Amino acid sequence: MADEVRTSAGPSGEQSSGSGGDRPSGDRGPRPGGPRGPRGSGGPREGGRKYFRRKKVCKFCVEKIDSIDYKDFRLLGQFVAESGKIVPRRLTGVCTPHQRRLSTAIKQARNIALLPFAGRM
Amino acid sequence: MRTYEVMFIVRPDMSDEDLDKLISTLESQVGTSGGTIKNVERMGKRRLAYMVRNFADGIYILFTVHGEGLIVRELERRLRVTEPVIKFLTVRVDEEQKRLAKVKKIRESHMKGRGTQAAAAQAAAEAAPTAGGETTPANA
Repeated sequence: MADEVRTSAGPSGEQSSGSGGDRPSGDRGPRPGGPRGPRGSGGPREGGRKYFRRKKVCKFCVEKIDSIDYKDFRLLGQFVAESGKIVPRRLTGVCTPHQRRLSTAIKQARNIALLPFAGRM
Repeated sequence: MRTYEVMFIVRPDMSDEDLDKLISTLESQVGTSGGTIKNVERMGKRRLAYMVRNFADGIYILFTVHGEGLIVRELERRLRVTEPVIKFLTVRVDEEQKRLAKVKKIRESHMKGRGTQAAAAQAAAEAAPTAGGETTPANA
């Protein structure tokens, strides 16, 4: 298909199915090289989400919280699901450097039993 | 000289004076090997997020150690063999503190640069939130 010209990271060359919509990195639309998981930029195929999800902002950037401490389990607990898993940043809107620090802090907190590894499922 | 934070959990059925004895033993051991314990914080008894050695609660203690890596290694070895200590975690914090100090300095210089209009009011207003906002994450 002509659409395949755009996608560089497609695993298989030819796609017999018309909708290449589940491509994780495929940017079939006219959006030029946006971030991989289209955040805030809608499009009819986005894992089922409709157009233009409200632009989420990074909580740490907005409130200018510099240090993400493992001791601050109340703050960290906001980014942890009920099951204890770390919530992906496309859901919380955290920016990448802060997500990395947050992830390290959560793992440290888990090691010192301030957060569970796996909570009630 | 590096700064480390050593947090450890002590079994909940330990009495206060045993705890004090343990802490002073560790402090003196760190002192003799050339480091200093800047701060001891007893965070009290807390419920653990999961069972550790069949305990559901524990007494949390935080040391801020200033010294070489070998000092911390020795301290950890002691913690590992001490029976009442059920878990410990060491985090190195001097790099992080350097970064935070740099960020704070940059932010303050921005504020000073911008504060040409009503400079006094601006400085007073930003001193209060920065003192409240930037120290709380560290103290939490």
